[in-house]
Amino acid sequence: MAVLVNADTRVICQGITGSFGAIHTKGCHHYGTRVVGGVTPGKGGQKDANDLPIFNTVEEAVVKAGATATMIFVPPAFCGDAILEAADAGLKLICAITEGVPVQDMVKVRAVLDNMNAELPDSEQITLIGPNCPGIITPGPKTGSGTSGSDTYTNAGCKIGIMPGYINTHISEAKTGKAVGIVSRSGTLTYEAVWQTSNFGLGQSTCIGIGGDPVRGMSHIDALKLFQDDPETHGIMMIGEIGGSDEEAAAAFVKEHVTKPVAGFIAGATAPPGKRMGHAGAIIEADGSGTAEGKIKAMRAAGIEVADSPADMGRAMVAAMGLS
Amino acid sequence: MKIHEYQARELLDNAGVPVPAGTLLESIEDAASTYKSITSEAGTELAVIKAQVHAGGRGKAGFVKLVKTPEDATEAARFMLSNRMVSPQTGAEGLEVKKLLVAAGVDIAHEYYLAITTDRTKRRNILIASREGGVEIEKVAEENPDAIIKQEIHPLLGLQAHVARKVAFQLGFQGKQVGQAVKVMMNLAKLFAQKDCSLAEINPLIVTPPTDAHPDGELLAIDAKFNFDDNGLFRHKDIQALFDPSEENPAEMRASRMGLSYIALDGNIGCLVNGAGLAMATMDAIKIHGGEPANFLDVGGGASEEAVTEAFSIILSDDAVKGIMVNIFGGIMDCAVIAQGIVNAAKSIGFSVPLVVRLEGTNVEAGREILKQASSDLPTLEAASDLGDAAAKVVKAVG
Repeated sequence: MAVLVNADTRVICQGITGSFGAIHTKGCHHYGTRVVGGVTPGKGGQKDANDLPIFNTVEEAVVKAGATATMIFVPPAFCGDAILEAADAGLKLICAITEGVPVQDMVKVRAVLDNMNAELPDSEQITLIGPNCPGIITPGPKTGSGTSGSDTYTNAGCKIGIMPGYINTHISEAKTGKAVGIVSRSGTLTYEAVWQTSNFGLGQSTCIGIGGDPVRGMSHIDALKLFQDDPETHGIMMIGEIGGSDEEAAAAFVKEHVTKPVAGFIAGATAPPGKRMGHAGAIIEADGSGTAEGKIKAMRAAGIEVADSPADMGRAMVAAMGLS
Repeated sequence: MKIHEYQARELLDNAGVPVPAGTLLESIEDAASTYKSITSEAGTELAVIKAQVHAGGRGKAGFVKLVKTPEDATEAARFMLSNRMVSPQTGAEGLEVKKLLVAAGVDIAHEYYLAITTDRTKRRNILIASREGGVEIEKVAEENPDAIIKQEIHPLLGLQAHVARKVAFQLGFQGKQVGQAVKVMMNLAKLFAQKDCSLAEINPLIVTPPTDAHPDGELLAIDAKFNFDDNGLFRHKDIQALFDPSEENPAEMRASRMGLSYIALDGNIGCLVNGAGLAMATMDAIKIHGGEPANFLDVGGGASEEAVTEAFSIILSDDAVKGIMVNIFGGIMDCAVIAQGIVNAAKSIGFSVPLVVRLEGTNVEAGREILKQASSDLPTLEAASDLGDAAAKVVKAVG
């Protein structure tokens, strides 16, 4: 068990013939993700370097290849349209990896997706992850070298996006026999958390990078709900950063609805106000909102084990789970 | 991206939001004639001279002045163009002022606040308005939050006339003012959406006292502040042209040309990291171990060896830097590229300060081997086993 994606998820790449799209299609394919093709308008009928079929439209990829999820690597100007094309074609999981999407585009895209979801039953809701995110991974046990499509790293996992697969630990390989779900606004900080929890003998059920943009799809709360309901997730690591109030809302949600141990970290305690720290959404506003201090306080008040140092995320997780 | 007030006034004027007559002044010699032309055009003796800098706090610093004669105008221009402006937003060294705005003075019956921004929690653009204009909105929010109206704007239809009308009545506009206010709000909202703004603020929006020609007074935008979403700039050549490089930190500009995200800070430990979240976390770890970061630097996921070398050159251009911490968790980033960038920097620039390197992730073995082979070029290099170890080592090395 895991959340959102597993070995049966049939993934396509929108922008499969672009440089980043091609590299990461290969990476996912070699990891063991069931990549069933990609979309580049005008190149339909061709094959990519991995011998995967290329389609002109997402709809065609759904009909001919049975796609159920997509990762989007198209340039920022076209990302909003690519997200809505995937939603219109009936895909339920959309990972927008693209960095640099205009905020006003995302305001419109979210409004359209929210309208679509309002008409759909609970079981058919569309989930958008990102944009400006590393994607999602449900690790599988290591079964191969991960160097080719015929010798994949695992035969029972799914990686969508740009995360390195090999640092993850499947629950069957974890010394503690426990797995944690990880949700984060930052890519590399997710890798750090995966690495540290693995070093403490924990596996990961699913890791979700929700992205660093101010207006995006999935929030921390959406991920917390999924992890709370997943029987193979034994603890939850929630990683946030300065800017916005997503973490404060998530802390309140944890207090009310989450019974599993939760640990966390907030990046940016030393960031100066008014400066955008790399991510478009990582900024302490002029009115003093969005500070690390406020988020950490809210999280601690909700009983979350917050690491003061990013070097102690793994330690905080095992402490929260009573394993230390 | 930020722009100057005089540029914001021009955008408003073109979008159909009325502003008082005004013009740019760049030399002390032209002050008197500029004053005369602006005041005679507007039929008044009063003009206001305002320094054009991105930082706030101009009024208290003496860089906004009301003048009534050409001599006063010259004196105000002389003061502003020959002194650096120091305010709580500029830092102790202050800012050089190169441009002044000379605007016609107007009589004011009442001051309002009007702004549009994006509310990230609601994922909507919102109109913020208040009857208490002319002061900082943060202050109003603190002292009298009920005086602030927040109105969501429809994400697909934009600001609708009936919504703007409702806000106009809530603000207490009367008679012909209502129609004028609706027009101002709708034009501002259109401008915000069309130009990918992140903030479009008019403060104050004023009503002039009644006259025979305008028995209900006139609405005018006196001061304006516009910020733009950097991600939207690619589709606005006209807005890109408003960029003023002299307002930016030169090292930050140099970094952005190489695709690096760099922010200068006050400490003495330089940082080179991949990923924005990890870069912030690295600064935090240094602080926890008792050190002070000299910068934020995210080399990104696809950085080349050249970009890594340039990053070191930028970090070392800050004389305060007494040590450097490299923290890489390679996902897309190949550790060998970082290692080669370090070696190239050692050969071209040379490291005289302690260099603590933590490498993990994609191709880490190759990266470590490259550093080992080049150990004679890297006398100050110290390898670290993890993030905490690296932070402890660099803080200790700096002393």
